[in-house]
Amino acid sequence: MIRLQNVVKEYKNGVKALNDVNIHIEKGDFVFLVGSSGAGKSTLIKLLMKEIDPDKGKLYLANKDITKVTNRSIPEIRRLIGMVFQDFRLLQNKTVYENIAFAMEIIGQSAKEIRRQVPKVLNLVGLSHKADSFPNQLSGGEQQRVSIARAIVNNPTVLIADEPTGNLDPDTAWEIMNVLKDINRRGTTVLMATHAKDIVDVMQKRVIALSEGKVTRDDRKGVYGYEF
Amino acid sequence: MTGRVFTDMNFRTILYTLKQGFIGIWRNRMMSLASIGSVTSTLIILGIILIMVLNVNNLAIMLKQEFDEIEVFISEDATEEQVNSLKSSLENTDGIVEIVYKSKEDALETMQDQWEDKSYLLEDLEENPFPDSFIIRVDNLEDSEAVVSSINEMEGIEDIKYFRDIVERMLTISTLVRNGGLIVIGILILISIFIISNTIKITVAARQKEISIMKYVGATNGFIRGPFIVEGVLLGIIGSIVAISIIGFGYKYLFEVASQKLYVFATVYMIPYYSLFSDIVIMFISIGVGIGVIGSVVSLRRFLKV
Repeated sequence: MIRLQNVVKEYKNGVKALNDVNIHIEKGDFVFLVGSSGAGKSTLIKLLMKEIDPDKGKLYLANKDITKVTNRSIPEIRRLIGMVFQDFRLLQNKTVYENIAFAMEIIGQSAKEIRRQVPKVLNLVGLSHKADSFPNQLSGGEQQRVSIARAIVNNPTVLIADEPTGNLDPDTAWEIMNVLKDINRRGTTVLMATHAKDIVDVMQKRVIALSEGKVTRDDRKGVYGYEF
Repeated sequence: MTGRVFTDMNFRTILYTLKQGFIGIWRNRMMSLASIGSVTSTLIILGIILIMVLNVNNLAIMLKQEFDEIEVFISEDATEEQVNSLKSSLENTDGIVEIVYKSKEDALETMQDQWEDKSYLLEDLEENPFPDSFIIRVDNLEDSEAVVSSINEMEGIEDIKYFRDIVERMLTISTLVRNGGLIVIGILILISIFIISNTIKITVAARQKEISIMKYVGATNGFIRGPFIVEGVLLGIIGSIVAISIIGFGYKYLFEVASQKLYVFATVYMIPYYSLFSDIVIMFISIGVGIGVIGSVVSLRRFLKV
């Protein structure tokens, strides 16, 4: 599903954000990406989103070589990925329903398809009753669930979550984790960058640890570790 | 930017793009107004220069056609013999295609015809003030200088009247106006592009979050850029419509004032406003749209790395 082969990414200031990284994530995996700030987590996500290109190595997503792609095919690649952010990034002037529908509208889905799909994902994240609320009327956890619903509404094959629980209290964080687990159970590959030690330790999922641009650990049923 | 834009285009997308374009303009009205104003003033100045140049050129061409002739006035006390020898010397001069003798009586008659209803003014004349003359048509207007200087040496001549100087001077002026105008307009167009691009940068900044979401969900570049291009184009079109109205009505007014208050004669040499209008509309709209598109593309190139 996701494969990095000897990937090197060096920024202009000389910092090697990723240095000879090899990662292979199978379809349906649930993977935690851990590491201190500056370890290369964000760079890895940016590479997958094609915001930046690797300097060396190969990059595969859904059996496609995405190492070097034309600007025109970037949107196609991004449609394979659902993205969830720490700060939710919801549009404040749109309702919950509209926020999710927006993600379908901008890739040109039909009105019929939108009417079919949006209630489905709202139900999946347990927010059917909040469809007409505005983001500022929701709690942080609810907002994050909306942003997850938006990320999966176009049926991506991979869901990438960048510290999705970073702004949430522990109980709410677990709510979000349950939603992500649910989505993963339905066959979507989940890659979650996080600092939440307790979550990683309890979930018993695969853990890939990055440190100074290198993979220092890749455990099938891992824990967060002590080095951070 | 192209290509995929169209494959994803459907009615909803077009509607969304247009709506966002209008919202962009409305959200920062002051900058939009400034953009429209700069496009309008650029085009108005362009229009004024254009009308001036076209009119001067038109006048020069008309004069050239009507006055590619040289009038040689025969002196009052010339003998018939002198007139005959003058005629034969003219016939022997190179570059002359036609020589017509115009007597004093002919001259008076011509004047009476031209003055029409005011010709009674001429009736009170005690004596015909017009001299006899030869009307010479030259082969090539550029040769008239040489023709004139050779005629000057002949005897029995009172005066020579020809229009090459005026025509030439007018053409020089119109070239100067045109070249100077082009430089001024070029600078103004750049300023307009700069102002529009700044206006759109503000809209881009206001919609940063929306754009980042669009980016991550996989909206095509065209879809993301569309509304901003629409915004630029709309600003350009509005600016050009304002300019068209001002220039159009202004020139029409000028034309009408000229024909009423001045002689009808004056408007004969002016290009009628209705024959300029369609050209100005096409020209202004395309320049306005061009400024809008370039302005938005310039601002998007740096601001919207998608």
